[in-house]
Amino acid sequence: MTVHTLTIDGIECAGAEGQTVLDVARESGVEIPTLCHLDGLCDVGACRLCVVEVKGSSKLLPSCTTAVAEGMEVTTDSDRLVAYRKAIIEMLFAERNHICAVCVANNHCELQAQAADLGLTHLDLDTVNPVLDVDASHERFAIDHNRCIMCTRCVRVCDEVEGAHTWDVMGRGLDARVVTDLGMPWGESTTCTGCGKCVQVCPTGAIFEKGRPIATTKVKRPYLPYLKSHSQEVPA
Amino acid sequence: MTDLVTADGVPSAREADGAKPVRRSRRMTGPQVVGHARATAAVCQAAGCLSAQSDKVFEEITAQLVADGVTDVAVKRVGCLGLCAAGPLVEVPETGELFRQVSLDDVSELVSALKSAKPVETKPVLEPFFSRQRRVVLENCGKVDPENIDDYLSRKGYRGLVRAVTELTPQQVIDEIAKSGLRGRGGAGYPTGLKWSTVAKQPGSEKYVVCNADEGDPGAFMDRSVLESDPYRVLEGMAIAAYAVGASHGYVYCRAEYPLAVQRLKAAIHRAEKAGYLGEAIAESTFNFTVELRLGAGAFVCGEETALIASIQGGRGTPVPRPPFPAASGLRGKPTLINNVESFASVPVILRDGGEAYAEVGVGKSRGTKVFALAGRIVNGGLIEVPLGIKLRDVIFDIGGGVPDGRKFKAVQTGGPSGGCIPEELLDMSVDYESLLAAGSFMGSGGMIVMDDTSCMVDVARYFMDFCREESCGKCVPCRVGTTELHMMLTKITEGRATLADLKQLESVAAMVRDTSLCGLGQGAPNPVFSTLRYFRDEYLAHIVDHVCPAGVCALSGGESVA
Repeated sequence: MTVHTLTIDGIECAGAEGQTVLDVARESGVEIPTLCHLDGLCDVGACRLCVVEVKGSSKLLPSCTTAVAEGMEVTTDSDRLVAYRKAIIEMLFAERNHICAVCVANNHCELQAQAADLGLTHLDLDTVNPVLDVDASHERFAIDHNRCIMCTRCVRVCDEVEGAHTWDVMGRGLDARVVTDLGMPWGESTTCTGCGKCVQVCPTGAIFEKGRPIATTKVKRPYLPYLKSHSQEVPA
Repeated sequence: MTDLVTADGVPSAREADGAKPVRRSRRMTGPQVVGHARATAAVCQAAGCLSAQSDKVFEEITAQLVADGVTDVAVKRVGCLGLCAAGPLVEVPETGELFRQVSLDDVSELVSALKSAKPVETKPVLEPFFSRQRRVVLENCGKVDPENIDDYLSRKGYRGLVRAVTELTPQQVIDEIAKSGLRGRGGAGYPTGLKWSTVAKQPGSEKYVVCNADEGDPGAFMDRSVLESDPYRVLEGMAIAAYAVGASHGYVYCRAEYPLAVQRLKAAIHRAEKAGYLGEAIAESTFNFTVELRLGAGAFVCGEETALIASIQGGRGTPVPRPPFPAASGLRGKPTLINNVESFASVPVILRDGGEAYAEVGVGKSRGTKVFALAGRIVNGGLIEVPLGIKLRDVIFDIGGGVPDGRKFKAVQTGGPSGGCIPEELLDMSVDYESLLAAGSFMGSGGMIVMDDTSCMVDVARYFMDFCREESCGKCVPCRVGTTELHMMLTKITEGRATLADLKQLESVAAMVRDTSLCGLGQGAPNPVFSTLRYFRDEYLAHIVDHVCPAGVCALSGGESVA
């Protein structure tokens, strides 16, 4: 096994061939915020929250999909990066209708937690205020598109772990939505096994179990047997 | 869903089996010419002239010549003659005459001119639109019948491929391309020789060659014209590339909005296979190469190479982070060479005449020629090819003939939605990759949209942002939400509701979208904003502070906002 040495925020680290910058940073105690990433699922580099500066590269690189290399010098917390991360979270709040006070996931939401960590207290951007659906046709679960941030964790867990591939993405740009079975109501899906993995991995209150407080469904996440043991901690 | 892919590389049964009788009866070939034709009427059959009924003009000329019993004048369908703004065009190569805007009523006049046409030794001196151009990629455009492989062969077609597979090793082919200095004509300008060499060095025997014909920039029609006018050239370039990198299968990814290009490509693939220039044992060598056609379903982002690969594989056309680059892991995880139509179309000439000859033209690191589509407020709109390093002023005023109706030139937009606007004071700059980048624009695929003083630059920026917002795939946050937010801010400015604080926010959000987006679409989307802010900041300020649109385009509500 080839091992590379690199520095992350000045800390000297060692990473095995094929490990990502994010993996090595977290092993070394450097926290990089993430949203679409979840240990145990494939990385897609979609939320851009984990972008870092790498010396010699003119572009910012997503640490979740960037493999470590010998002599790499990574910066994870420059002023510019922090400002951009704050802007990403602000954009997510502006995009759909996130009203924490009336949300099932209030205090158990990764989006809310990231906003708090980054010190986002108000929105400078104009909100888009789209009119969005809630699909509560499933017997046990429901999806509220107002709260979805398009991280596609549900799509990946359903495909990669459950093997059902009930979820996928439809539409483009701001009209992109996660859908079940080519856009049919979730309750009519013929592929959904009702396993609830999508509920467990959803970072916000978009996908939730009917009649149960989100706290009781979310708290189990670090112990989900199908994801790696060092799964991301959820703020209590 | 807009990301469906239609696979249709195989000609229909009718075309494959009964092709010849069916085609003959449907396709009039002109009057029966006895011996050598004294004169030829070359009628443009590319999309621009076709939309002005040049197919009817062709039939009418033929019918009248037949009725008059003329036997020494040929009529021929050809590809783009270049001066699209003056279509339908008919050229008589023997006399050097070019008839413009030929309507059906003009045909009798044209026919009598043809009857008395005398071939001349010295062709009349053409206007600068033609004389300032240098046609390499377009050397056959308007000269050959795009559906006739013999016509292509008669103009030195396939000599490059035959030379490559019979005389050169793959490495020598790559060396030839490297010597030519050819750079990616899709816009980014990555050295083509280096790209080929990277793919050639990848281990494994399964590799692919992909031609990116998903031309989507507003106002750009270079690739379409090349495919419609000279499809064999692109296939020859792909075959040479396949030989060089060690691939035996290729795809042309063409947008479905180009039905004529698709039709001609299908016919060309079929005929090249029959003639032994595609398929097994090409030019009696051991080299095999087949090409399939894939149609895009209307997503601009599918021109991005990783999204294009996803689309060919039948998936949603969304980009994935690079590295790994397609050269290492592309189609089906195999090394894949992706070049644009114009890059492939440049290759046959390089192999035929040598890399050094190609590199004689150009400036600095930009060698050879580049095709541009001139559009917008310009007299001679159309398809042109110029040596790199030509002055922008010469392109717009000599070749393009300047701005019509006595208006004043304001800016030229190059590089599509990722490009920028170049103002009048920079007109003396050289047209090459580095200079355009330094001017805050981008070579892009070659669209040039000329604007006069009736264009509002804030509105132009808003138009391009609207385009990017519509075409964003929605995968990454900065592009999906950022382009929408930028569009909202620009709308606010054009409606006179913005403050100076909004302008500051516009700049900071634009920088964030540029730096954090996943693919080139998002990274390039703020470019029109940056370039208009750089050269036309006063127009932004006029909207915000004075509530006036200097060009008179925007309907400002005015007054209600405090600057």
